[in-house]
Amino acid sequence: MNTDACAPDDDALAYRRRHLLGIEGLSPVEITTLLDRSESYVEQNRQVDKKKTVLRGRTIINLFFEDSTRTRTSFELAGKRLGGDVINMSVSNSSVKKGETLVDTSMTLNAMHPDVLVVRHPQSGAVKLLSEKVNCAVINGGDGAHEHPTQALLDALTIRRRLGHLDGLTVAICGDILHSRVARSNIHLLNTMGTRVRLIAPETLLPTDIERMGAEVFHDMKQGLEDVDIVMMLRLQRERMRGNFFPSIREYFHFFGLDYEKLSAAKEHALIMHPGPMNRGVEIDSEVADDFGRSVIREQVEMGVAVRMAALEILTQNLDDPELRTV
Amino acid sequence: MPLNPQKALTNARLLDPATGLDVLGGLLVDGRTITDFGQGLFKDGTPDGAEVIDCGGHCLIPGLVDIRAHLGEPGHEQKETLATAGRAAAAGGVTSIVCLPDTEPAIDDMSGVEFVARRARKLGLAKVYPYAAVTKNLEGKELAELGMLADAGAVAFTDALNPIADAQLMRRALSYAKTFGLLIAQHPEEPSLSKGSSMNAGETATRLGLVGNPAEAEVIMVERDIRIVELTGGRLHFAHLSTAAAINAVRLAKARGLAITCDTAPPYFALNEMAVGDYRTFAKLSPPLRAEADRQAVIEGLKDGTIDAVASDHLPQDEESKRLPFAEAAPGGVGIQSLLAITLELYHNGHMDLITALDLITRKSAELMALPAGRLSKGAAADLTLIDPNRGWKISEKTLVSKSKNSPFDGRPVQGQALMTVVDGRIIHDVLNIEVR
Repeated sequence: MNTDACAPDDDALAYRRRHLLGIEGLSPVEITTLLDRSESYVEQNRQVDKKKTVLRGRTIINLFFEDSTRTRTSFELAGKRLGGDVINMSVSNSSVKKGETLVDTSMTLNAMHPDVLVVRHPQSGAVKLLSEKVNCAVINGGDGAHEHPTQALLDALTIRRRLGHLDGLTVAICGDILHSRVARSNIHLLNTMGTRVRLIAPETLLPTDIERMGAEVFHDMKQGLEDVDIVMMLRLQRERMRGNFFPSIREYFHFFGLDYEKLSAAKEHALIMHPGPMNRGVEIDSEVADDFGRSVIREQVEMGVAVRMAALEILTQNLDDPELRTV
Repeated sequence: MPLNPQKALTNARLLDPATGLDVLGGLLVDGRTITDFGQGLFKDGTPDGAEVIDCGGHCLIPGLVDIRAHLGEPGHEQKETLATAGRAAAAGGVTSIVCLPDTEPAIDDMSGVEFVARRARKLGLAKVYPYAAVTKNLEGKELAELGMLADAGAVAFTDALNPIADAQLMRRALSYAKTFGLLIAQHPEEPSLSKGSSMNAGETATRLGLVGNPAEAEVIMVERDIRIVELTGGRLHFAHLSTAAAINAVRLAKARGLAITCDTAPPYFALNEMAVGDYRTFAKLSPPLRAEADRQAVIEGLKDGTIDAVASDHLPQDEESKRLPFAEAAPGGVGIQSLLAITLELYHNGHMDLITALDLITRKSAELMALPAGRLSKGAAADLTLIDPNRGWKISEKTLVSKSKNSPFDGRPVQGQALMTVVDGRIIHDVLNIEVR
């Protein structure tokens, strides 16, 4: 699937959407377009002079209704490296509860004429709702347990750069699938690109009928990891958990934490991924996480900036497309 | 103009689900009551001085009876008032409404019952009969004064959208209600299973990243309550059943002769969870829209009589309550004006004949709540609706009369409209201006 990068103008044509709200519904061509454009930024980001000017004069607002350090920073860097003006707005839930609704907030920001809004919100569907009320482009920076499209794209880019392609591979996504937008976006993307998806989790952390989204479900790590090319660990979202999803961290790690013993079932050079931030000793053993040869966790972070640069660039190009102007 | 002018409704297809009457004929109203009706009633002409209303061959049926609606007053006037709901009801051909007690304050004492009844009487639109709360402030802790509330005019008891979750409390409520022969209506949902949910559990909820409400939450409560009915000998009514399993549980309980009845609402036989689509909050209801197999089971339940009646489940929500992320949006949809049209889909889609479909929203619903309504009979109040079961219209913000426009059927073209609505002999809605002196 690794195709040569297209000329920039063709990319905007290949991804003809006003927003990036999710992976669901994107075509293989659209995904490849985003990945190819991202690829071009990886090298540039490794140079001393990282700055480009394609977003000169553009305003990007990072609107985060949920705490985030890495995603927000990643978007901020991406915007700045392309020469855009980036503003960070953290809206804690408490101030929203003082009265201003999401729709009011969006209309207020819209009046300031931003070009791109990057939005993270604890509620599924909230970013789409906001996108319907604004004239600018919107990037979903994660909405509830729904989607986190740039994470799936950076995961795909990491895999593609390491293994050369996405189709025909097998990925095991392990852990807290129930609360994970990363898992959902990855399931959509990997299925679209011809990658086989396995899910490994205790039954309590699997949402109803998840297999119908296109995944094979396992409850045993060693069975599920058998011969996989990539092991994608998820963060156990303890902050979202109310109720007995499992008896204890000790028991969870015993059965579902990734250590060398369980990892031995996977292919010898299987990649280890994690969207971060990691709970060491909860879902992943420190030794495995730091395995220089196999863990690509830090590379994922690097790819994140490139993917977000690509998304920002393509969406701002599309702002000038008259046919995409009205939503 | 005489004080009690007679009205001669001529050239009508008289349809009375209670008796199966279906003839072309006329109906005579004297003042507030029906004095006569039948085939060839006016064959020798209409009475002198009577107002003659030519029904144009359309169907003249008993006024619709809606046994479950939230009318907003008191306390939620920004969403609906008795006046706006009354006009929506009139436009929908509804002449009697049983309204829910989840107002602010809740209808849990006699003054609340009297307030609603008095306000509605003054408006002179549809007749309004209040439900009263089973427990004080709908909190599920202490019983409200059921006996005195019944004396004040409460026709039945429910905690509206709050299930009576405590089994011992339900036992006491049913036992105590039995003393006075009162009916308890339950919103069947096991709250510990549905907590935090915003739509039906299943693939769609999973894809959208929403917490699912499993169908089992409904059947578990239904099955528990059936046991408590057995224990107490009380009378229990299940509101808005939405799942195949719960309907089947009621089917079996009825076969065993228990005093159990139930209703459903139009969304549950005309829509399924797919209507949520991309976070459409108008499709967020309580109970949630279910799977397609459940929708079909609701139709089967209506066909075989397991489900006794259809109620609108009218629940107005203002824009502020719906223009929110899905999980935060308020549940419910307006439905009083579309009750007829959506119920008639059962007829138009070939599931039942016209008179059987109408039975579900006239005689049968009236019987459940023991209301003096829902049939054509001499001496009864002249609560009538003239309908064209085929007339097309579109449910939309423009056509809905209710103060809130949150219909889960928004944008749907439907067939069947009330052309004229009559309450106590007074015309309160008249689409065609058909009234002729």
